[in-house]
Amino acid sequence: MVGPTRIVSEAPAAPGLLLESPMVEIERLSLWYGAKQALRDITMAVPKHRITAYIGPSGCGKSTLLRCLNRMNDLIDGVRIEGTIRVGGTDIHDPGLDVTDLRKRVGMVFQKSNPFPKSIFENAAYGPRILGVRSRTDLEGIVERSLRAAALWDEVRDRLHESALGLSGGQQQRLCIARAIAVEPDVLLMDEPCSALDPIATARIEELMVELKAGYTIVIVTHNMQQAARVSDYTGFLLLGELVEYGVTRQLFTNPGDRRTEDYITGRFG
Amino acid sequence: MRAFSRSGEPFIWLTGGALAVALLMVAGLVGLILWNGLGFFWPADVLRATLRDGTVLTGQVVDRERVPGREGEHRIKLKVGNRDLYGADFTWVDEAQIAERRYLLDVAVIERTEWGLLIGTIQAVREGDRTVAAGPEASRRELERRLPAAAALRREIRRIEADDIGDVNHAQEQARLALRRLELRGTTSGPEVEALRREMAALQARYDEHATQLAALRGRATATVVVQADGGKEKELPVAQVLDVYFPNAMGPGAKALHYAAGVWAFVSDDPRESNTEGGVFPAIFGTVMMVMIMSVLVTPLGVLAAFYLREYARQGTFVSLVRIAVNNLAGVPSIVFGVFGVGFFIYFVGGTIDQLFFPEALPTPTFGTGGILWASLTLAILTIPVVIVATEEGLAAIPGGTREASLALGATKLETTLRVVLPAVLPSVLTGLILAMARAAGEVAPLMLTGVVKLAPALPVDGHWPFLHLDRKFMHLGFHIYDVGFQSPNVDAARPMVFATTLLLLLIVVLMNLFAVSLRNRLRRRYATAAV
Repeated sequence: MVGPTRIVSEAPAAPGLLLESPMVEIERLSLWYGAKQALRDITMAVPKHRITAYIGPSGCGKSTLLRCLNRMNDLIDGVRIEGTIRVGGTDIHDPGLDVTDLRKRVGMVFQKSNPFPKSIFENAAYGPRILGVRSRTDLEGIVERSLRAAALWDEVRDRLHESALGLSGGQQQRLCIARAIAVEPDVLLMDEPCSALDPIATARIEELMVELKAGYTIVIVTHNMQQAARVSDYTGFLLLGELVEYGVTRQLFTNPGDRRTEDYITGRFG
Repeated sequence: MRAFSRSGEPFIWLTGGALAVALLMVAGLVGLILWNGLGFFWPADVLRATLRDGTVLTGQVVDRERVPGREGEHRIKLKVGNRDLYGADFTWVDEAQIAERRYLLDVAVIERTEWGLLIGTIQAVREGDRTVAAGPEASRRELERRLPAAAALRREIRRIEADDIGDVNHAQEQARLALRRLELRGTTSGPEVEALRREMAALQARYDEHATQLAALRGRATATVVVQADGGKEKELPVAQVLDVYFPNAMGPGAKALHYAAGVWAFVSDDPRESNTEGGVFPAIFGTVMMVMIMSVLVTPLGVLAAFYLREYARQGTFVSLVRIAVNNLAGVPSIVFGVFGVGFFIYFVGGTIDQLFFPEALPTPTFGTGGILWASLTLAILTIPVVIVATEEGLAAIPGGTREASLALGATKLETTLRVVLPAVLPSVLTGLILAMARAAGEVAPLMLTGVVKLAPALPVDGHWPFLHLDRKFMHLGFHIYDVGFQSPNVDAARPMVFATTLLLLLIVVLMNLFAVSLRNRLRRRYATAAV
C-alpha cells in the first residue's frame, strides 16, 4: 500500500487516516492533455463514508483529478493517463471493465446544474431506467427515496411531472444530486457544486452533503476554502498538478505542513 | 438637423419603414389573392343589356375598365357563357352603347358537364319528342324535380365506370401481366396458361355486361331541357348533363351565400372537368398533401440521422466543415436542377432498374421507370434535406454539453444518451426544419413537372386495389394546376378566377400544414420545456 504510507510521510499530523478503510486508491497518477501535463504523480486514498475535498487555485488540476475517478476524461481527445486508480478494490482502467458500470458506481454532480429537459420525475428516474428498472411502482419508490435523500421531496412532490427546468438553481442542483444517488453509487463526485448558487442554496447543499456521507463516499472539488473547511473531513491541496498536501481538514487548515499550502489558505495567492 | 441624425431617430425610421414596406407587400399579395379567389364562387346577378343597335346581351358583369384612348368612358366585361352558341364566353360592351339594363328574374344560369355555363330562359322540358312542360315557370319546376334523379344517374354511371369497370380492367391487366410473366419464363401452354385464358375470357364477359348496363343507363336519360338564349338562339340540352340550375336575380343574399358555400365545397371536393377549367381540384389537393407527407416521411429520418452524425459522432475538423458548407449550399441550388437529377437518377436509373428486375412483364410500358409520386417526393426530399440537417444541427448545438455529460456520468452509453436525452431535446428543432421543408416542398413546381406531375391524373395514388398505395402513379399538384389552368388553358378568361381560387387553396393548405407542425412543436416544447433557464 503505497498510498497511506505516502500520506503519513507527508502529513504526519493525520495519524487517523490509516485507520479509515479506503474507498478510492490513487497510485502514481499522471495525466497529460496532449503534450501538457496536468497531473503529476499523485498518490492518495479517499476514505469510505467521509467527505474529501480538493482545493487549489484555478487550473491546478483538481477537477481533472476528480474526473479521473469516473473516467469522464475519456471523453476528451488526446488525454493520456499513467498510474492506477482503484475504486472499491477494482482497477478502473482494467480493459475488462465496462466504463458504464464504473460510472454507475461513481456518480457525479457538476459545477453547473444540468437537469435533462424532462420532468422532475424523469430526471430522477433516468439512472434507474438505464439500469433496466421498468416497473412504475419501483421507479416511483426510487424517485421518492432519492428526492427525499436530496431534501427536495417536500418542495416538488406536487409537481413531479412538470419540467425540471422550471426549478430554481439550488433546486436544480439538488435534483442533480438526487439523480446521481438514484442509482445508489458507492462514490459521489461533486465538481464545485455550489459555485453557481447563492449563499442560502449553498448552505442547503452543504447540509445535504453532511447528511449523505453516512451512505456515500463523497469527493468534492471546491474553490471555496471556507466550504472545504466547513464540510470536509479530509482535504487535499493541489498546485500545478501536484498534490502538495493531503490530510485531516482541521489539521491542514490550522497547521499546514507545507509552506505553499499555508500561503494559499492564508490568501497570499490563488 | 445634426442633433436629429445623432439621436439615431432616422435609423429607427429606416428600419420601421423597411418593415412596413415588407408587410404592405405581403398584405397586398394576400389581399389580391383573397379578393380574386373568394369572388369566384359568388353567384353574380345576370344583366340583360339592350344596346342602341337593338342587340341584346345577357351575362354576368365580371369587370369594368376605362376604354383606352377615350376619356371618361367605361366598358364592362360580360360573362355571357353559351360557348357552344356564341363561340366565346366573354364579351366587352361599351357602356355608352347600352340603351337599357334589366335584371330579369327568370334568367337561369345552368352549370353543365360540357361547354361551360349556359345562360338564358328555360322554355320547355321534353321527354324524347314529347313536351312535358312548357313555359318558364312550369319548365323550371319540372327541371328542378328531375335534377336529383339525373344526379343519381350520373353518380351510378360514374360508379360503374370507375369502380366496376375499373376493377375488371385492373384484373384484366393483372391477368395479362401474369400471362406475360409465364411467357417470359418460356411457358406458352399448359394448365396455368389455360386457367389465365379462361379468367381473361370471364373478365371480358363481365366487362361486356357492365358496358351493356352502362348503355342501358345512358339510354334511360332521354329528357332534355330547351333554353332560349340571346338573339332567339335555342339550345336543347340533355337533363343528364345539367349539374346545377340557379336564378341569381331571384336569389336573396341568404340563398346566394348557400350557393356560394356549395360552390366552394364542390371546388375542393370534385374532380376537374373540361381540361381543368371547370369543376373542382380535389385530386390536386390530394396529390399535393400526399406528396408533402411522403416527402416528410423520407426527409425527416434521413436529415436527422445525417445531422446526428455530423454533430454528435464525426470528429470536428476541416473535412466536416467542408461537408457542412456543401450541405448548406445544397439549399441554394435551383430546384429545376434537382428535377433533372430526379429524372436522370431516380426515374431512368433506379426506376429503370426496378422495372427490369421486378416488372419485366410490363415492359416496354414502364412501371417505376417513369415519373411518379415516389420519385417526385424523393426529389423534393433531396431538395429539402439541407433545411432539415441545418435546423437539426443548430438544435443539437444548442443542447448544453453538460446535459450529455450528465447522462454519461450516470452510466448511460453514448447511444442511450443520444436516444433518451439528445433526441427528445432536439425534436422541436427537427420540427422547425420540417416546417421549413414542407413549406418549400408544397410550393415547388419546376422539379415536379419533370418527375411525375401531370395535368390530369386518371387515378389517385391511393385506391382499393392492392397494394392500395400506388407510389408509381403520376399525380396532380396545386402548384402545377395553377400554371396549367392559368397559362395552358384554351379559355384563359374563364380560367383566371380559377387560378386565384387555386392559389388561395394552395396557400391555405401550406398554412394548415404549418399550423399543425407548429402546434406539434409547441406541445413538444412544453413537454421538454427548453424555454426556462
